Amino acid sequence: MTWQSCASTLRIFHAEKENMKPNFTRCCCCLMAILMLLLPSLTLSEDSANEAVYTAALARLNATSMTERSAAIDQLAAVKAPRAIVILQALLDGHLFNLILENKLVIGTEIDAGYKLIDAKSGQDLGIAAREATQKINLNNSLRVSLRKTLGRLQLNANEAKARMNAVQAIAKDIDSESLALLRERLVVEKDVGVQDEIRLVLGLEQLNSTDKTERLGAIDLLKDQANQEVVNRLNALQDQDTEGQFAETDVDVRNYAKAALVKINARLKVYAAIETLFFGLSLGAVLVLAAIGLAITFGVMGIINMAHGELMMLGAYTTYVMQQLMPDHLGWALILSIPAAFVISALVGIAIERGIIRFLYGRPLETLLATFGVSLFLQQTVRSIFSPLNRSVASPEWMSGTWQINDFLSLTWNRFYILVFCFLVFALLLQILKRTRLGLEVRAVAQNRTMAKAMGIPTARVDALTFGLGSGIAGIAGVALSQITNVGPNLGQAYIVDSFMVVVFGGVGNLWGTLLAGFSLGIANKLLEPVAGAVLAKILVLIFIILFIQKRPRGLFPQKGRAAES
Amino acid sequence: MLATLYKQDKLAIGLLGCIALISVLVPVCNLLFPVDSVMHFSAYTVSIMGKYLTFALLGLSLDLIWGYCGILALGQGAFFALGGYAMGMYLMRQIGNRSVYGNPLLPDFMVFLNWTELPWYWLGFDHFGFAALMVLVVPGLLAFVFGWLAFRSRVTGVYLSIITQALTYALLLAFFRNEMGFGGNNGLTDFKDILGFNIQSEAVRGSLLMVSGLVLIGAFMASRWVMLSKLGRVVTAVRDQESRVRFLGYRVEHFKLWVFVLSAMLAGIAGALYVPQVGIINPSEFSPLNSLEIVIWVAIGGRGTLYGAIVGAVLVNYAKTLLTGWAPEIWLFFLGATFILVTIFLPDGLVGFWQRHKHEQKQ
Repeated sequence: MTWQSCASTLRIFHAEKENMKPNFTRCCCCLMAILMLLLPSLTLSEDSANEAVYTAALARLNATSMTERSAAIDQLAAVKAPRAIVILQALLDGHLFNLILENKLVIGTEIDAGYKLIDAKSGQDLGIAAREATQKINLNNSLRVSLRKTLGRLQLNANEAKARMNAVQAIAKDIDSESLALLRERLVVEKDVGVQDEIRLVLGLEQLNSTDKTERLGAIDLLKDQANQEVVNRLNALQDQDTEGQFAETDVDVRNYAKAALVKINARLKVYAAIETLFFGLSLGAVLVLAAIGLAITFGVMGIINMAHGELMMLGAYTTYVMQQLMPDHLGWALILSIPAAFVISALVGIAIERGIIRFLYGRPLETLLATFGVSLFLQQTVRSIFSPLNRSVASPEWMSGTWQINDFLSLTWNRFYILVFCFLVFALLLQILKRTRLGLEVRAVAQNRTMAKAMGIPTARVDALTFGLGSGIAGIAGVALSQITNVGPNLGQAYIVDSFMVVVFGGVGNLWGTLLAGFSLGIANKLLEPVAGAVLAKILVLIFIILFIQKRPRGLFPQKGRAAES
Repeated sequence: MLATLYKQDKLAIGLLGCIALISVLVPVCNLLFPVDSVMHFSAYTVSIMGKYLTFALLGLSLDLIWGYCGILALGQGAFFALGGYAMGMYLMRQIGNRSVYGNPLLPDFMVFLNWTELPWYWLGFDHFGFAALMVLVVPGLLAFVFGWLAFRSRVTGVYLSIITQALTYALLLAFFRNEMGFGGNNGLTDFKDILGFNIQSEAVRGSLLMVSGLVLIGAFMASRWVMLSKLGRVVTAVRDQESRVRFLGYRVEHFKLWVFVLSAMLAGIAGALYVPQVGIINPSEFSPLNSLEIVIWVAIGGRGTLYGAIVGAVLVNYAKTLLTGWAPEIWLFFLGATFILVTIFLPDGLVGFWQRHKHEQKQ
């Protein structure tokens, strides 16, 4: 940029500023005015109004008489501010002390040397004091009971749903008629669905103990929408019979009503079980798709049988292992970084295989199969020699481990969830590469008609190498995903090679969407059969199904049409 | 017939002579010479030679289907293992009450699983004749059903290879299951008698070696006869130009099916001879890797020649015995490298290379 243009830019900027001036100032004035009005009212109402109350209440708390303390508690409860709740909670827990020398109330948490103090009134940090310097503010039993109620009510009315949830759960632990009344009161006005459910659950379980029939029926009413293990247990207990055929629950109406509620709950549980099966099926399908999608390119698009595909996945998994060894403190980052690393490594190995072996065998698919099988043995033994034949454990980062507990009956594991998402991402990316990039165009051209593509000036040899590298790289990425759900060992690839071929063949060669659909349907079929037939038999049945299917439709679910299919 | 063979193929006659010599000489030597003599072969040597001969028969069976019919079957090991299981079941029934649990009715693993009676598919295996029949029928029937479905719907080439691999993989998984009633993971082992003779005895080992050798020679001659017959000509034509043969009016799938069943039965016999000599059969025989190893024997030897398969099977297995004894980690490197080098540099195998060499010399 020259000086001239610089100057002109500056001038323009200046002009704009001039233009904006009136508007801008007006805005500012307005804002300031609003702020001026708001700020003092906010701060004053919180502080100065309450300041007096706090001072008075804290002074009364410090007094020796229990009636004084009780009055002080009521006073603080009336404030309903978070500060007051903190003080009351500390009082209840026995953490409220009088700092003897200064005659001032503090909240203390126990540490080695004594107490770590906070000023009760201002919340200021007061450092550490010795045990002798403080005196606990005591409560008698009746006062403690009433304080617990008061606190419960205060917390039940808290602004954040989470605080209210905690309050409900705290009440549930130690319930009596008064707190029940509190919960009922709250249920009417409660807006948050989660808290509502929790209150219903607590109320229902408690009311079920009542002797009054209508109360118990009402309790079942409250419980019938809950997916909770305890509810199921309690309702089941109502149906129990002793050895003489006598029901534990004597009232027929309650029993029948409970039975109806159970039927309803069980129906919901079936839905949850179905969702869970579907999820497991999808996640297995995602693994299959990831394993097969690289193959769909090398086998489907190029027509190369790559028996070393499984070993390229194994390389990806070992890359993850090595990355984690290199960065033991950042497991998450190691995992994310191993995705590109695995892609590069597997792709390079793939290109080496293509340039070194496969290109001499084009047009001889059976020989290609044998040669790449040799490569797979070679890679397996290499890994075995370097990393030992034992399985290596690859850790999951924190955000991938654990489960997403939706309710007592439905929980989804995070790692499988992420793999599902990852599978879709990889699939979408691959589809875009094949559809929109120049490489994709060339790949499709060579796949359709090699000689014609060559005649049009496409460097077929280079395209072959790159396509094979792409397919192999995807296998490496699949290996990263696999490392999160299975053991990383030299035999990792072997376990998946037959399955991945099945997926590609089932879906129809040369069709990525077919591969996706085939992977997911096989995954779901497997998981649907598993509870009925057991894991191994389910797998065998699926294999037999595919063998029969291929014989019925030799070109898979979505056969290629047109000239390309006839070669 | 031997005379015509001698005229046409001196290599083959030499090879058959070797096999006959070994399979007769070794047992006879063991009978004539005392144990510490140089001419006395150890039990290990005898059983390993017997094993090689059964592998040679297995290779031969694959050569029929791959070399002559062009079907790269990656599930040949399945037929081998099925034949082996049929023989193993007979041998299990011969144990009687000498097993660990001493149950006269049930094999040990069934007692262990708390089974009370013999499953129906074990009935009849007390008789050698029935078991021998099953050695042929079970692999043959599986090949027939599978082949009938596959060839009728014209599944060919790589697809066929992959589904044959899936077949053996499915069987592998199935036989690993205890509920199948075939001993699960451990398979069938701890055999005692065969036809009333102690299976460990020297005489039985020698006889098994002799039988293996004779069966191999017989199978070779039979295969050669089949392949030189009109049927064999058609099969070879199918390999080279399937659609042209079909247009000439032949039912291609029938010929393929015929060869496939024949090859499966030969593989079954190989398995049946293998099991008493090694003393165990377990599901790992079904593993896809085993079937691929068979393919490499034939590829190294040279497919479409029959004796190439025999040479390849013996050579590769001898190398395997040497290498796994000497440096086990080298074996897979060796096998992998062989796969690659043979497919690229020796597409016709050793026999093909030798024939080409001689042909060039003549010119």
